[in-house]
Amino acid sequence: MLNKQLLIVGAGPAGLAAAIEAKKNGVKDVLLVDLNMKAGGQLMKQIHKFFGSKEHRAGVRGIDTGAAMLKEAEELGVEVWLKSTCVGFFDDKVACIEKGMEDGSKKIIYLKAETIIIATGGQENVVRFKGWTTPGVMGAGAAQTMINVNKVQPGQNIVMLGTGNVGLIVSYQLMQAGCNVVCLVEAAPGIGGYGVHASKISRAGVPIYTKHTIKEVKGNGPNGRVSEVTIVEIDPKFNPIEGTEKTFAADTVTLAAGLKPVSELVKLQDIELVFNGPFGGWVPTHNEKMETTCPGIYVAGDTTGVEEANTALEEGKVAGVSAAEALGAISAAEADKQRAEIWARLDGLRMGPFGEKRAIAKKEVMAKFPGVRA
Amino acid sequence: MARIDDEMLVCRCEEVTVGEIREAIAQGAFDVVGVKRRTRAGMGLCQGKTCEKMVQQILCQELGVGPDQVGSTSVRPPVRPVSYGALAEGVF
Repeated sequence: MLNKQLLIVGAGPAGLAAAIEAKKNGVKDVLLVDLNMKAGGQLMKQIHKFFGSKEHRAGVRGIDTGAAMLKEAEELGVEVWLKSTCVGFFDDKVACIEKGMEDGSKKIIYLKAETIIIATGGQENVVRFKGWTTPGVMGAGAAQTMINVNKVQPGQNIVMLGTGNVGLIVSYQLMQAGCNVVCLVEAAPGIGGYGVHASKISRAGVPIYTKHTIKEVKGNGPNGRVSEVTIVEIDPKFNPIEGTEKTFAADTVTLAAGLKPVSELVKLQDIELVFNGPFGGWVPTHNEKMETTCPGIYVAGDTTGVEEANTALEEGKVAGVSAAEALGAISAAEADKQRAEIWARLDGLRMGPFGEKRAIAKKEVMAKFPGVRA
Repeated sequence: MARIDDEMLVCRCEEVTVGEIREAIAQGAFDVVGVKRRTRAGMGLCQGKTCEKMVQQILCQELGVGPDQVGSTSVRPPVRPVSYGALAEGVF
């Protein structure tokens, strides 16, 4: 069986950062596996500039951060398997990977890793309403991938559900891609994301309906595709108010209703999970090394609680440093020193009205850590 | 008593409706795995990746409990679809 010092599952910001840190700290044998055609994860579709301070890559577009990290990883000699999916974990850190071969075929490979970092990211939530399974209803993130990665319009006339930053940013990017955003719909009394993003939408003349939800989607378009969307006002208990319906012609509905951590690989291991609402559901608890209750298995990024690319990247660095320490490439003192610097940056990212909730959530998840199993 | 959204699909892969999930809960299911065993919701191609959250929401509504009380879907390898051919030719 193939042996690897460090296996990293997921080549998004967390996985890439982990691979780079591990390599920089002297881990010889780093394998990074990702099921997509390109590495970079969500960074590769983030064409907007990040906020914050300079050390947090503010003013840099996600796609540029992703490309720079991928280049650095390659230069450092990280082995990258794309179109490759980790489909199973077994005892003694044996992983089953469906590897994408050059000729397009797939091959199952079992390998044994000394350390593992799980950085499988998040997944979009679905909202149900009458007609939610109609063709043309999709995740906002899926629509963003279509326009920014695949250069395909998801549709012509789009209704966006949700006004968090994903809903706002993707709406604006859909307009830039030449789509008509009919309106945005938000169940809460106010807009969920940053005012600066919402202003762009409003300036473009697109209405945002707060205290509203989608009542029904009709699929009378070509091949049963979405043809019209009916929204309705809701009371403070989220019950629809009869007589307040508005119907729009649209061929696409995009759902920006938050994300949940992708946790199936974590669940295959003897890793303790805790429930955390703000983080999107069940997440693996971990210590300040990003190590789980399973010795030698680390987690980083949205898998540990849905946050942002910046926090994922820093957590990935922590995990990479910790794996290097566990493999004997650096001393405990050196690892502690590096981790302290990264945690200071993480604390900086989890400040302010949007960050503070995440700081509390992270504290709760880590407070429940029972220790690494013997 | 039938409710307005009973016919609505929750698990697309296995074509399980809201009504069927409510019935499973009425029969004693109290978590995601219990609903899965009774209705097959979450046992299809996507293995509950899409419907898990909706099943959790229905459980919370019907039982009047918090989301930390209804569990999450169980997993086993392979966690993503794999062809028989690729599995059969696996390299150890």
